Amino acid sequence: MGLPHTLVTGHSSADDRTEQVVANVLRLGVLIAAAVTLVGGVLYLMQAGATRPDYHVFHGQSSPLRSLAAVARGVAAGNAEAIVQAGVVLLSACPVARVALTLIAFAMRKDRLYALISAIVLVLLAYGLLGG
Amino acid sequence: MAGLPGPCVSRLAIMPVHDITILLFLGALAAGLLGALTGLGGGAIIVPLLTILFHVDIRYAVGTSLVSVIATSSGAAAAYVKEGYSNIRVGMLLEIATTIGAITGAYIAGLVSPTAVAVIFGIVLLHTAWTSTRPRVEHIAGGPPDPIALKLRLDSTYPTPSGPQHYQVQRVPLGFGLMYIAGILSGLLGIGSGVVKVLAMDRAMHLPFKVSTTTSNFMIGVTAAASAGIYLHRGYIVPGLAFPVMLGVLAGALAGARMLPHLHTQKLRVVFSLLVAALAVELLVNAFMGKI
Repeated sequence: MGLPHTLVTGHSSADDRTEQVVANVLRLGVLIAAAVTLVGGVLYLMQAGATRPDYHVFHGQSSPLRSLAAVARGVAAGNAEAIVQAGVVLLSACPVARVALTLIAFAMRKDRLYALISAIVLVLLAYGLLGG
Repeated sequence: MAGLPGPCVSRLAIMPVHDITILLFLGALAAGLLGALTGLGGGAIIVPLLTILFHVDIRYAVGTSLVSVIATSSGAAAAYVKEGYSNIRVGMLLEIATTIGAITGAYIAGLVSPTAVAVIFGIVLLHTAWTSTRPRVEHIAGGPPDPIALKLRLDSTYPTPSGPQHYQVQRVPLGFGLMYIAGILSGLLGIGSGVVKVLAMDRAMHLPFKVSTTTSNFMIGVTAAASAGIYLHRGYIVPGLAFPVMLGVLAGALAGARMLPHLHTQKLRVVFSLLVAALAVELLVNAFMGKI
């Protein structure tokens, strides 16, 4: 799944090959995210399947799983809800990986302008993912 | 859905996790399938489904919907084999506008009341329903090239049966501005705002349909990911809702992508538009009656 080395030959076919690589990475990423979420979800059903949570009242600020660090700690402790959140985080990372791979492809093609544009998008995504 | 009596809705709201999970998974499966088949995305259905039918607070609904949007976009991107339609440079440039917009929108969501979010959501849904029933008109430009498009090397070609077709990208600043608005809506409402994105690329920038549709899908996941972290931090994303919806939408979107080449989707689009319009009205009525 390495990036193609002959990206300099004509932008159109190089764009296609970049897309192909990116699609493969995305497929793998989505699969992993879905698998993690499924594991967490099944555990959650086993632990809390009979409870009746009230989603009508918003108490977001009291939720313990609101940061990447908290999610990671929860996963390490085998917490089912944390494993689901980790799946969500992994899923959110897929588009970010897409931008990062495109940045690498532009850089390999020595397309500085679009490497810069991709880098700006990546920084904005990092800002958002780290909670703004 | 409009006819459900109050007591029934209340019982739905306090169902045990087992039942909620199965119902949500099936609802999300249908939303993902319809979304993939009509190209409208499932996000438009998830929020009304959760708020009206399951009595979920709109902030949880918006957070869950955002997860479904990322799942749809990534799932579709992984399922489709691209044939050289999407314009990566146009997509990446406009991503600057949509990600800044998404971050702006996620902040606005923390400032305005849930009722205001529901009203804006209802209006956007009505617009989506109206737009999707109207025929798309291809605007292939003659005319002078946009100097900004030339400078940024945005013009490109896409494959046709008679060989590669060249196209010019027009009115880049207008497209950029519309994309910022699309980003705000995405961050505020947890939707993909594919309709606004396609509008910006079709009408403002004069991209060919196949290019704008595939490029829009490329952008939707990236835009949604920009506000996902902020939603998580605010506690909008709850595992019990996110898990069945994410898996249901993914399964639906993948199945839809497989079925797409074998189906005539025009009638389906009309049915979907009517459903979206009905949900919009229901959402607005609920908001004005003070239930959201």
